[in-house]
Amino acid sequence: MSDEYEHKLEAKSDYVSDASSGTSASDIDKLPPAELPDQELYHSHSWWTTYVFSQDAKYIGVQYACTAIGTGILGLVLSWLMRLQIAFPGLGLLEPSAYYQFVTMHGMIMVIYLLTALFLGGFGNFLIPLMCGSRDMAFPYVNMVSYWMFLVAVLVLLSSFFVPGGPTGAGWTLYPPQAITSGTPGHNMGIILMLVSLVLFVAGFTMGGLNYIVTVLQLRTRGMTLMRLPLTVWGIFVATILALLAFPALLVGGLMMTLDGLLGTSFFMPAIVSMGEQLKYEGGSPILFQHLFWFFGHPEVYIVALPAFGIVSDLISIHARKNIFGYRMMVWAIVGIGALSFFVWAHHMYVAGMNPWFGFFFATTTLIIAVPTAIKVYNWILTLWRGNIQLSLPMLFSLGFIVTFLNGGLTGLFLGNVTVDVPLSDTYFVVAHFHMVMGIAPVLVVFGAIYHWYPLITGRMLNETLGKIHFWITFVGSYAIYFPMHYQGFIGVPRRYFEIYDSPYIETSTMGLNVFITVAALIVGAAQLLFIYNLISSARLGKKAEKNPWKANSLEWQTPEMPPAHGNWGKEMPKVYRWPYDYSVPGAKEDYIPQNVAPSAVTEAKVEKS
Amino acid sequence: MAVAIVILLIALGSIAFHFWSPWWWTPIASNWQGMDDTILLTFWITGFVFVAICAFVAYCVWKYRYQKNRIAEYKPEDKKLETRLILITTLGVIALLAPGLLVWNNYISVPDNAYKVEVVAYQWGWKFRLPGKDGVLGKTDIKLINDENPFGLNLEDSYGKDDLLVDEGELHLLLDRPVKFELRAIDVLHNFYVPQFRGKMDMVPGMITYYWITPTRIGEFEILCAEYCGTGHYAMRGLVIVDKEKEYNKWEAKQITFDKMFAKNKNNKNLQLAKNTK
Amino acid sequence: MNKFFKTLAEKPWEESQAKIDNEHQGKTLSLSKYKLGLRTIMVVSTIIFSFFIIAYADRMLIHDWRSMPEPWLLWANTGILILSSIMFHLTKIASDRQHNDKIKKGLYFIGFLAYTFLFSQLLVWYQLLNSGYYAATNPANAFFYLFTALHGLHLIGGLYFLGRTTSKFLRNNSKVQEIQHTIELCAIYWHFLLAVWIVLFGLMLFT
Repeated sequence: MSDEYEHKLEAKSDYVSDASSGTSASDIDKLPPAELPDQELYHSHSWWTTYVFSQDAKYIGVQYACTAIGTGILGLVLSWLMRLQIAFPGLGLLEPSAYYQFVTMHGMIMVIYLLTALFLGGFGNFLIPLMCGSRDMAFPYVNMVSYWMFLVAVLVLLSSFFVPGGPTGAGWTLYPPQAITSGTPGHNMGIILMLVSLVLFVAGFTMGGLNYIVTVLQLRTRGMTLMRLPLTVWGIFVATILALLAFPALLVGGLMMTLDGLLGTSFFMPAIVSMGEQLKYEGGSPILFQHLFWFFGHPEVYIVALPAFGIVSDLISIHARKNIFGYRMMVWAIVGIGALSFFVWAHHMYVAGMNPWFGFFFATTTLIIAVPTAIKVYNWILTLWRGNIQLSLPMLFSLGFIVTFLNGGLTGLFLGNVTVDVPLSDTYFVVAHFHMVMGIAPVLVVFGAIYHWYPLITGRMLNETLGKIHFWITFVGSYAIYFPMHYQGFIGVPRRYFEIYDSPYIETSTMGLNVFITVAALIVGAAQLLFIYNLISSARLGKKAEKNPWKANSLEWQTPEMPPAHGNWGKEMPKVYRWPYDYSVPGAKEDYIPQNVAPSAVTEAKVEKS
Repeated sequence: MAVAIVILLIALGSIAFHFWSPWWWTPIASNWQGMDDTILLTFWITGFVFVAICAFVAYCVWKYRYQKNRIAEYKPEDKKLETRLILITTLGVIALLAPGLLVWNNYISVPDNAYKVEVVAYQWGWKFRLPGKDGVLGKTDIKLINDENPFGLNLEDSYGKDDLLVDEGELHLLLDRPVKFELRAIDVLHNFYVPQFRGKMDMVPGMITYYWITPTRIGEFEILCAEYCGTGHYAMRGLVIVDKEKEYNKWEAKQITFDKMFAKNKNNKNLQLAKNTK
Repeated sequence: MNKFFKTLAEKPWEESQAKIDNEHQGKTLSLSKYKLGLRTIMVVSTIIFSFFIIAYADRMLIHDWRSMPEPWLLWANTGILILSSIMFHLTKIASDRQHNDKIKKGLYFIGFLAYTFLFSQLLVWYQLLNSGYYAATNPANAFFYLFTALHGLHLIGGLYFLGRTTSKFLRNNSKVQEIQHTIELCAIYWHFLLAVWIVLFGLMLFT
């Protein structure tokens, strides 16, 4: 620990003043000459290095996104099968072991291989260099390796479907002892492949994360201070720091469990009698694994949520033609939530058998984290207030996000409050809560973001009619899936049940509810295929996008070419003169002033001092 | 515009669903009314916030819809407003947290007059052990578990000899008497959960966890496992029957002590061996 | 830290702040990107090892823990690491002064020491396994193998960069300027690995 501390101290002392003393500039456009040399770029020479082993962050971003979405579709199909089993147990569609394997793979794919990879690997790679005004990431080669590691991780994960015993069915939390004992499907090969895949993912992600951190801190263009960065970059940046600090816990837990499984060590395995047979393990602590897992697992929620927060802030601001309300507070909230997220992990373990006195501490920290989160919601809706709201697709999805996230966030107050958690934990209430808050809500942001940035990536717009259908089905449909599910939780229906057959305490009508939820899930899932179709067909046939179609301020729309070419900025790097939220500035001719517009070009725009 | 109406409908529909849908919690059968009360409190506070914010969003979307000539307000921040909102939120959070922590304190502090019952979970079923006449549960160790000694009792601990072993997945409890469940698992994680009792706690091999309740209603209640424990998780059911003292005593008298069971098992085994050697 | 908070308190929309911000060069820390990258890696590694140490401390308390003997070879290996750290320091000084010959010898010697260390660690494994200290026998053993393996992997990673530096140096006719920075970074990493080893070794020694 002491080492790390030292490095941090050093890093702080190296801090360069962002604010050198003000000069009395006679010319308002005056910028000091560039002190830093332009970034060296790798130029590809062959088809392979251009299209496959690309080192261009934009391309890597798209590769990440496509791989993640492809894996996500598998996760979606698995959820269909699970829902069919729950609603129609009479069909005999699945074996219990298959059901549990699908539960596990669905969870792991959605959380790690879809959402984390998509937000950080996909949007992070595509947007960070463009929004910071850099030519590329700091270490393009490492960045490329990062993607290929991710791809290998995905392939290893998928390969577990084809090994004897199938993929692991230990639940996405992979708790020992059950993860590696014989009562669980996939306890031999499946779990090992899962752990190997996770280790690869963490290694690959660390390489990517290194790039995001260094690029955001060191490679911004002239005039781009940290506080002039769009919130998207702030969200991704802080999420990356969280990931770099939290993934090691998963790595450590994963490595130790691999050894427990392969070599028979007893890190997490206590003495147990499995299926009437004494195993050789002794003395290990399953709870220790849970601590490691959730020390990773809770920040992981924010690794997904913070980029979503950042992106949705920008979408709302741009499409409401108004500056984001309380920019500073938004940045503080992102940083604050990030810091606090390391002190709340054990709220996943209130009833896990840890020392019950921890409950007081973790309930308090958990409810404290609600305050900065609430601030973010207030600031989003206050950005709408007195705005000029364009109901474009990104805005629709953002509104959907606010409602969904609000719902999921508020039910978090139930589960975070230790007493309320006791009856509700491990029931469908939890399932409904986390799907709302870290499933649907971030996914709605993903959709909004794709509709928003698709023109920048392909130069064409997505089809609006298909988009509207997609939005309405997804937003209303997913609310219809998860809102009633909370009530199953109140009844006490436990989660991870292959079949909820007649039970004296479960009213038969609950089964009807299950059928309803399944039908809704099938419809919502099908709407996603419509979206995929839109993505593919619009790349060729979509309406040609004009430059900066949403009239946005941030730098990514100001490249000389659209879609931006290799190196992003042509000959001359952009110079930044303002923050990215100069929308509807009083006096200005247009309702937006891009970040690289010099003050002399907009002399009439005057902002009163607040 | 549709989106404003839909958001409003979602808020109102959620309220309507709450009142007119048949689904709500299972009637309680233990002393943990406090848990239900905190849920209700949380429900109303958060429900109010949900409806208020949804209504506000719907209003904004309708009132400030795009018009070519409209110019949005330029206001980077408003310190006063933000400070007020933070204060209100903090108060709300305290109102939620404080009662919650009080109930939690009760939940983890077992009253002195509680009698003990051990619950043993295995893949996939339930066993129980009562302390017997001396009122003390004997020591156990997973390493000692074998065919003759299915609970893994320590043979040298005399407290264990009169312990009553219940191996049929059915447990009787006394009405209105606080009971402390000592929870033990022998293979993987489990969780002893009776929806009507509200209480819940994981069972971890190698550890003894606990919680306590006071049954307040006579009846039969189903035990469910609430921590995923492998393929048979969903089928891991048991039964709790809350009795008045008379019926309870009748049931208790039928249970067999560890001493007797051990002797019987040993005999059986000897017989088995004798048969085999023939 | 103070400056960080000051940055967060800026109001980027105000004209006075804009004037200050326009002067900004776009870099937050006065470090090369490589150095910042290396520091990030070291922070992540430190965290990984910290988690292992926490797990070690937690697991140690359980009664079945049996400490492991420390073969004298481990002391020798610690010596090798210390020596290579010193050598790296000297090589770095040589590269600052552009003493080509010393740099070359230094790099070769450090490489040799690193391989010796790795080989010698394997020897320790071999000895211990032969005396029946298997990973599954006791968690203390398991932690020992885990720690040494991870530390070794870190060193192998370092060796990759050391090899690249050396070959670049040889290829480009000993242009010192091109490798000065990498030598500095490698030296930092080597000191870091020594520090990690001393912490791990000390931990295993005293428990």
